[in-house]
Amino acid sequence: MANEISVPSIAPEVFPQHAPDKGMFISLGPQHPSTHGVLRVAITTDGEVVTSAQPDLGYLHRATEKLAEKRTYPQIIVLTDRLDYLAAMTNNWSYCLAVEKLLGVAIPERADYLRIIVGELQRIASHCVFLGTYGIDIGAFTPFLVAFGRERERILDLFEDICGARLTYNYIRIGGVMADAPEGWDTKVRAFVKEMYGHIDEYDTLLTYNPIFMDRTQGIGSMSQEMAIAWGITGPNLRATGVKSDVRKDDPYSLYSRLHFGIPVGKQGDCWERYWVRVQEMRESLKLIEQALNAMAPGDTMGKIPKTFRVPPGEGYGHLEAPRGDLGFYIVSDGSPSPYRMHIRAPSFINLQVLQVLLKGWKVADVIAILGSIDIVLGEVDR
Amino acid sequence: MLELAPILHKAFQSLTVWVVAHGLTPLAAWILAKAIQAGVIVLLVSLVPIVLVYAERKVSAFMQARLGPMNVGPYGIFQTVADGIKLIFKEDIIPIGSDRLVHLLAPMVVVAPVFVCFAPVPFGIGLVPIDLDIGVLFIFAVSGISAIGILMAGWGSGNKFSMLGGLRGAAQLVSYEVPRVLSVVPILMLYGTQSLRAIALAQEGRWHGFLPKWFIFYPVVGQIAFLIFLIAAVAETNRTPFDIPEAESELVAGFHTEFSGLKFALFFLSEYAYVFLASAMAAVLFFGGGDGFPAGGLLPSWVWFLGKTSFMVFLFLWFRWTFPRLRVDRLMHFCWTFLLPWSIINISLAGLMILLRR
Repeated sequence: MANEISVPSIAPEVFPQHAPDKGMFISLGPQHPSTHGVLRVAITTDGEVVTSAQPDLGYLHRATEKLAEKRTYPQIIVLTDRLDYLAAMTNNWSYCLAVEKLLGVAIPERADYLRIIVGELQRIASHCVFLGTYGIDIGAFTPFLVAFGRERERILDLFEDICGARLTYNYIRIGGVMADAPEGWDTKVRAFVKEMYGHIDEYDTLLTYNPIFMDRTQGIGSMSQEMAIAWGITGPNLRATGVKSDVRKDDPYSLYSRLHFGIPVGKQGDCWERYWVRVQEMRESLKLIEQALNAMAPGDTMGKIPKTFRVPPGEGYGHLEAPRGDLGFYIVSDGSPSPYRMHIRAPSFINLQVLQVLLKGWKVADVIAILGSIDIVLGEVDR
Repeated sequence: MLELAPILHKAFQSLTVWVVAHGLTPLAAWILAKAIQAGVIVLLVSLVPIVLVYAERKVSAFMQARLGPMNVGPYGIFQTVADGIKLIFKEDIIPIGSDRLVHLLAPMVVVAPVFVCFAPVPFGIGLVPIDLDIGVLFIFAVSGISAIGILMAGWGSGNKFSMLGGLRGAAQLVSYEVPRVLSVVPILMLYGTQSLRAIALAQEGRWHGFLPKWFIFYPVVGQIAFLIFLIAAVAETNRTPFDIPEAESELVAGFHTEFSGLKFALFFLSEYAYVFLASAMAAVLFFGGGDGFPAGGLLPSWVWFLGKTSFMVFLFLWFRWTFPRLRVDRLMHFCWTFLLPWSIINISLAGLMILLRR
């Protein structure tokens, strides 16, 4: 074409200097409707078949880990909200788990139940977004406006009632939660849970068992168990391959050991099973919320934590089962008011890495199906 | 009964008288009359998309638990007009890498045939602009030109996504043209004519004095033909589940990624005009055109025609907002290994039926 744009030769695999010998080079993103943010995938195709794919990250880098070194511990919770912005509650929670381990404080039981309820509601809300956007990736628009515009809104309304915010909550605090649930909140949650079972059945008719949808996703982008484990995949993507791994069961945190829930697993780890596992997880989350609501008794929602505190020197690692996988916060404290170093084990970032081998050999249309089924949030990938 | 045909007939008679009185030949009067008819059709085909876009927005909104446009005018009925005005005043962006002439011509090549295609369509009893005796063939042939326009748009943009979209579009349109034409063959065999007016008239009449003799009610043959025609028509108009040339999530916007302003508006207009054309064809070929039900009609024939067409349009909208998109190779597979054999089987069935009725 007429004008060649020169690019620095720093990363030839994502910014090639010449057109490939065979086939075509496509720069999928960072401005592309279905990369779910600012991901760029450098793809070489032979006809419609992908011969190589390389994710190019960093367009949304905000240096969260470095920023954390200059803030006090409670201030960092606000930063964690902005990582996986579709699941801010679990981000808050995971960070607080790490700090609480360092501090060695006990959490009041009511606060723990409230954490479980908002955490599982957050999982449903996040999976609703996945379901809707995945529908759009495959070309079905209606599930998006049903799951995203109707059910997720209800959950956000519940969150607004309990903490005043709809996206970045800052609700789960070190030692407990920000505030107790307002009066009548639990009946609202109960009503929502009751309704939601029916809505999930509706998703099944809209998308899950739609023949065209199944044709587009079944057998596409299959991942073996060995491959998933070797690449460090966690969360629904790992469970879809048949590995029964869930932090809530393997390393129980909070009060999950008291609650009963199943871990849905797939068999062959293709796109459809990755999707299906998430839909089943929504059902399991509803069961968890019901149990937590029944078990919850009135009481304190904040542990005995002073307003300003110093964390004893040492290392703390807290992790939990976030909607996208095993989300961990590793904090090194030197005894000062802010951490010496904070590292975030971001499941989206790690799950994304497998794309470079997973995308090879599939068609351009399948690239979108596979990319969508991995369910990444760029806020967490780039941190 | 507000039949338009006699009124128009009278109007054109007085026009002829008026023209001849001013010293011109009756041929000039005929040409003038046809020019006026052509103008009316061009106006209609340009305005119908505005209504269809509004309908699409409202139908999709009600399927998706929302309201759709509500602010511009009562119930947002002027939203599409506002959007049209906006598109006219938008900057026309021509990419540096594009082939300027092809880029300019592409939207015109796509949109021009659709106006011509409406010439042989009977908009009711006696409301045929030009009663071509090869009407069906004419529409198929002329609407096929739009494939070239899509290919031009894909190539001329100088964009890889556009080119993939254009190539996909050309392959899809050419492939689905085959079952679409073959699905109509039983109708031509049965009625022995290609004139859309004659086909519509042949479907008047009742079985047992009740069931209309519309082609869709012919046992087996009618239904198979209708389904194949419907599927192929959806594919021809590039709409979900066959919107592969545009495939928003894969190819950004496919062949019209690099078009803006009025050029984009022309693509938009052509899509809805083709939907209207396909619906009008289905109404004439399968639902008896302006034939009313029950016999006698209750309403004028053009209202019946528009009603049937709107029903077909609704089917198109319904598909779009319910189905996901097929993958490009599955799409071709579906066309050549499923639709094509079945349309050939259907032709043999129709032949058998005609033989048995002898």
